[in-house]
Amino acid sequence: MGYLVERIGKKIIAGLDELGRITSLLQQIIVQGLKKPFNTKHFVQQMVKIGVDTLPIVSLMSIFVGMVLGYLAYLQFKIVGLEMYTGSLVAASLTMELGPVLTAIIVSGRIGSSTAAEIGTMKVTEQIDALRTMATDPIKYLAVPRFYAALIMLPILTVFADIIGMFGGYMIGVWKFGIRHQIYIQKSIDFLDPIDIINGLVKTIIFGGLMITISCYKGFTASGGAEGVGQATTSAVVLSIMTVLVSDYLLTMILY
Amino acid sequence: MINIIDVWKGFGPNKVLKGVTLKIEKGQTMVIIGRSGCGKSVLLKHIIGLMKPERGKIEVFDNDITRINEQGMQTIRKRFGMLFQGAALFDSLNVAENVGFFLFEHTNMKKNEIMRIVSEKLKLVGLSGVEHLMPSDLSGGMKKRVGLARAIAASPEIIMYDEPTTGLDPILAANINKLIKELQNKLSLTSIVVTHDMTSAYAIADRMAMIYDGKIIEVGTPEEIRNTSNPIVQQFITGSAEGPIISD
Repeated sequence: MGYLVERIGKKIIAGLDELGRITSLLQQIIVQGLKKPFNTKHFVQQMVKIGVDTLPIVSLMSIFVGMVLGYLAYLQFKIVGLEMYTGSLVAASLTMELGPVLTAIIVSGRIGSSTAAEIGTMKVTEQIDALRTMATDPIKYLAVPRFYAALIMLPILTVFADIIGMFGGYMIGVWKFGIRHQIYIQKSIDFLDPIDIINGLVKTIIFGGLMITISCYKGFTASGGAEGVGQATTSAVVLSIMTVLVSDYLLTMILY
Repeated sequence: MINIIDVWKGFGPNKVLKGVTLKIEKGQTMVIIGRSGCGKSVLLKHIIGLMKPERGKIEVFDNDITRINEQGMQTIRKRFGMLFQGAALFDSLNVAENVGFFLFEHTNMKKNEIMRIVSEKLKLVGLSGVEHLMPSDLSGGMKKRVGLARAIAASPEIIMYDEPTTGLDPILAANINKLIKELQNKLSLTSIVVTHDMTSAYAIADRMAMIYDGKIIEVGTPEEIRNTSNPIVQQFITGSAEGPIISD
């Protein structure tokens, strides 16, 4: 029993220690990001990687989620004769919750893993040391452009996810189940509160910042060659997704 | 120019440096020899401020770099060049961007001017016309030479070489040694070379120092090292299996 308590205690201390280090990295990223010069070339490259390159998979996910939502909502609403509200449910679910969270999860998987692997490989092959010997701050050079690119591209991806998801719901509601076009659109708009949309986008900005900070941290602390990079990549994705889900709950409590 | 005074460093229970003291004069090529894992590279990383000692003092250009902040350290690092053991070229950049990295990041020079310097430095290391290649397209020897071109691109005052000839064939190793010597003569650099390749050490050293058990146990000219009566140094330089150094 004592051994178990000791192990749990050690895990908690290690977790808190890691949380402190990640917070410290976040602070350094923000401070370095405010200093000149700003690496525009890297920033644009990262925006393309996080935004443009991720858009196809986000679109695919959104359209299917929208279609499933539309399908299930229609079946449930039909029981009580409220099937015209299918669009309302699809729109509200996507903008308030599913669009931001699922986009953040997809980006965590795709960008979180590549960020941790890229920086981790640079760490174990002494490329980070090489940057420092050439008087270049690795946080400013590697983490800052990624951080700001994530802050900007996550909300944009989410807007796309929301619109494409709603279109998926529309296809099912209107084309498959025959809800009238005008009613579907009108009911969707009626239940869309601009504040909810903005809150959903605020969430994604925070998700993006947390996800990229965690991924950079895991990369910067990778050690021990290929195996270490693999471990860093896995834990970056797991921790990023967990953080997205926990912070989603907390942000929902705060924002709504 | 570089004064290392009683430097201690450990990683957990493993004490790597146990009071290293060494002075490196301006314009000198100091070769630090010692067994693999004895702390040679760790010492090099202390000199350029990549690691901080637990105890002791390191003076570079009359600054105690153990007490300097990261910003101050960056100013000092601009006067250094370093060749890493595995070259440490940036995977995502091509050869020209690697060699010109410092100039792109820290000067206002125009791109064509930087490219002219890049070509010049690549020519100096015997690699013309490879500017557009990616590090993954290069052989081990080519990577090392590109790493060397990168290290000298910004005309540093001090250049550090971490195992410059390890993993190279004897001819390429001899070429690298020749190159280090030529750079030394042409540019009057202060060089610090870490190696356990004795052929290389004798070929390039003005002075040599041996690390053993976390301390500098012998310093001298190549001739003095060759003729030392210290049995540990003798065993190491002759590569003998018999002697006071116990094999791991």
